[in-house]
Amino acid sequence: MTITQVRDTSVQPNGGSGHGAPLLDVRGLTVDIAVPAGTLHAVSDVSFAVNPGETFCIVGESGCGKTITSLAVMRLLPKTARIAAQRILFEGRDLLGLSDKEILGLRGNRLGMIFQDPMTSLNPVFTIGNQLEEVYLRHRNSGRREARERAEFLLEKVGIQSPAMRLGQYPHQLSGGLRQRMMIAMTLMCEPALLIADEPTTALDVTVQAQILQLLKNLQREFRTALILITHDLGIVARMADRVAIMYAGRVVETGTSAEIFAAPQHPYTRGLLACIPVPGSQGKRLGSIPGIVPSLIGENEGCMFRNRCPYAGESCRHGEIALRELSPGRGYRCILEPGHAISEATREPATTASQATVQ
Amino acid sequence: MAISDINPAGFVRGPASDEIFEALPPSPRELMRRRARSHGGLIFGGGFVLLVVALAILTPWIAPYDPYNQDLSARLIDPIWGAKGSWAHLLGTDALGRDFLSRLMYGARVSLTISACASLISAIVGATLGIVGGYFGGRIDGFVSYLINVKLSLPPLLVSLSLVSVVGGSVTALIFIIGFLTWDRYAVVTRSVSMQLRNQEFIAAAQAVGASHTRILLTELLPNVMNQIIVIASLEMAVVILIESVLSFLGLGVQPPTPSWGLLVAEGRSFMFFKPYLIVIPGLTIFLMVIAINLAGDGLRDVLSPEGRN
Amino acid sequence: MLRFVLRRLQIALLVAITVSIVGFSLLRASGDIALVLAGENAKPEEVVRISHAYGLDKPLYMQYLDWGAKALSGDLGRSLFTNEPVTGLILDRLPVTIYVAVPALVISLLIAVPLGVLAATRPNTWIDRAALSFAVTGSALPSFWLALMLIYLFGVMLRWLPISGSDSWWHFVMPWITVAIGVIPLQMRLTRTGMLDVLSSDFIRTARAKGLSAASVMFKHALRNAILPVVSVAAVSLGFLLGNSLVVESVFALNGVGMLAYQSILRLDFPVVQSIIVFISFCYIFLTLMSDVINAKLDPRIGLR
Repeated sequence: MTITQVRDTSVQPNGGSGHGAPLLDVRGLTVDIAVPAGTLHAVSDVSFAVNPGETFCIVGESGCGKTITSLAVMRLLPKTARIAAQRILFEGRDLLGLSDKEILGLRGNRLGMIFQDPMTSLNPVFTIGNQLEEVYLRHRNSGRREARERAEFLLEKVGIQSPAMRLGQYPHQLSGGLRQRMMIAMTLMCEPALLIADEPTTALDVTVQAQILQLLKNLQREFRTALILITHDLGIVARMADRVAIMYAGRVVETGTSAEIFAAPQHPYTRGLLACIPVPGSQGKRLGSIPGIVPSLIGENEGCMFRNRCPYAGESCRHGEIALRELSPGRGYRCILEPGHAISEATREPATTASQATVQ
Repeated sequence: MAISDINPAGFVRGPASDEIFEALPPSPRELMRRRARSHGGLIFGGGFVLLVVALAILTPWIAPYDPYNQDLSARLIDPIWGAKGSWAHLLGTDALGRDFLSRLMYGARVSLTISACASLISAIVGATLGIVGGYFGGRIDGFVSYLINVKLSLPPLLVSLSLVSVVGGSVTALIFIIGFLTWDRYAVVTRSVSMQLRNQEFIAAAQAVGASHTRILLTELLPNVMNQIIVIASLEMAVVILIESVLSFLGLGVQPPTPSWGLLVAEGRSFMFFKPYLIVIPGLTIFLMVIAINLAGDGLRDVLSPEGRN
Repeated sequence: MLRFVLRRLQIALLVAITVSIVGFSLLRASGDIALVLAGENAKPEEVVRISHAYGLDKPLYMQYLDWGAKALSGDLGRSLFTNEPVTGLILDRLPVTIYVAVPALVISLLIAVPLGVLAATRPNTWIDRAALSFAVTGSALPSFWLALMLIYLFGVMLRWLPISGSDSWWHFVMPWITVAIGVIPLQMRLTRTGMLDVLSSDFIRTARAKGLSAASVMFKHALRNAILPVVSVAAVSLGFLLGNSLVVESVFALNGVGMLAYQSILRLDFPVVQSIIVFISFCYIFLTLMSDVINAKLDPRIGLR
């Protein structure tokens, strides 16, 4: 992992709703990964801010760079990745400028991360208790006994009965839902200020998904933790998010509060996504889909990356970097169309037509 | 750009026709060809193997001498780079005055024939057991894995040596003995692949339309494990060359005067202290051939089933 | 855990019985033993007498059961060549074989495991490539030829090491090198693959996300998982060493079990050959059983499968 720091020109944080300084302020994050076929521009010029205690959702299809973004914040990317950014400020410290030792002190302590697959994310050869206590022992100056008490306390918090017994078990003895609860408990051992959850429910049964999300929401309120929730599921966004960033092909294409995104989506991609959500009671209407494929991010690209799938694309979408239009602090979209250009149309119309077109 | 510029007809693929979106991913066959062309190990290893095979096939026409022809007046002549080397015998002569290059070339025929035929036998035996066990599962699979366990527990060298001592060291006997002692790797790999394939939809589909087990095994499973079999076979040929050379070296393989690479080392052993080339040349030949086969086999694996790397 | 061990033990016993049958059949396949015992010029009635005396006129399965019962009590029969008890012959030669195999195994593991770990932690660097080239080279060297080349190089040209015999540990240096080079490639490849698998697994990322130091991630979380295949490979390679001890013992003229097996094969002394084959198979079965039990102890998942 090579880190390049781009000179910070604007000191003004990319504000959220204006409650003082954000907890996490990412500006101009770019991640390039060397692959055999060339350079993969996994993340390009991504900026967002997360306020203390809020839920921030990063939404996009697989491969859009949302996981890479979160791993860059954690500085967990492999050696082949090159990170550049103007800043990644967390609690006022620039994460990119920290030494390896300093970042280790933050991970698991102030910054926690929950991964997608609870079946493989826990070490199979150590007990749950061992793996939970390990975090606490690492970051707190405490004894084993205290760590065990803390682990039992948190297992109760994540809704696990007979915690003392569970702590002695191995991961393979637990179901997927239980393991994800263990993961959540593990990340909360040191009460982090920011929790990153990367598709925490994707690998779970639908019924368990709702429980885990509710649990995350409750715990977040109780521990006053900020949450970055990475998902491809707009239903989860609607349920959980305070604010949202929509990503496409390594770029943030639209940001705003949850209400703004759902009520008045600006970017054609966002609108296409919203058209894909089935609405009960609207039988007979064709469900939306976005035709076309996501372009390869290997090699140099310019212009709008969505233009091959966009019903509004024209000549001017092909060249240069499309800038993020800022409508208000924390609200913006990356498109050349004027704001509100198509709000008057029925929101789902372009995509609906498009899906019919694919059938033809 | 005004909204009026929007092309309402561009819904299907969008109006963007620039090449970054147009480039179709290359076909699997094309990818395979590309991987093969850029694979140094495959090119060098495969090239060397092909060269030796070609030489071995052409030996009766291009070998300078009869490999059995003794000339006691020309015993232990140094190779061409030695002090008393001569152009008449490029690699010198052995203790009975036979041309060493010719013996090495005829030895290649013997060693490579044994290697290819034994690998074929072991591939057939191993793959049959593996595919059948993996496909049917249950008791049949239990029996196959029990057979694999028994096979792995028997020391192959000792067993083959004792068998040779019973039935004799003819080339045919060696082919069958080695073939029946090296099938385990095929069985292990094809068994695990067949187990994974068994539960896949195309097998279920074939069963649903009433295809017989034999038909499914031959037309659905076998083609899917063929690449693995080819890769293992290419690597096992090197193993067989090594086994044959040990057996022949120990005097319980190919019987003199028929030349084989291992036997040439054994014959040169008594003279190794003052004519080291007699063991260096055949040993080096075995070594290079095995390396080349391994490089080619690794290359084949990378080209045919790159997901199986490491 | 206990159920797993019992199940494994059951398979091991079944395999062991089969192996003993194979070994027994090999002896019978070698020809009419009565004829061999009686000597070439024996009269037919003499052959029949010997056949009866040795129980060779009984049905084959009875002969096997007789042989098996005796073998269980430690009586493996007598050598056709020296008429000594086979058990004694093997036990006399065993120390030399162990003295070759065990240090060679330790040396090979001490080289192969760190090299494999190093290669896995630095994939596609020069260390990785060097380790892999070493493995490719090592696995392509015929062991008998390597032994001869070592003798020529260190024994004849440089005169550093004695070329044969077993009087001091100096005599064993070249056998150790030969044997170790034979098994290092496999051990190294397996360690490297195991370590690569572990290092790319999700739980290592979790461990890093917990803020654990690189050393802690490596030695606690990765090694404990990566050691599992190494345990198996150590057992398998020791079995392999015993099975191939014949080559190195015959080249270096060491009087071990392998040499005994070789001499007996050349003399068609089948009771000895058969016993050694069964003995080495049993060692292999025992070693793999032990490695499975150790792995079950190290990996809590195995016991439940």
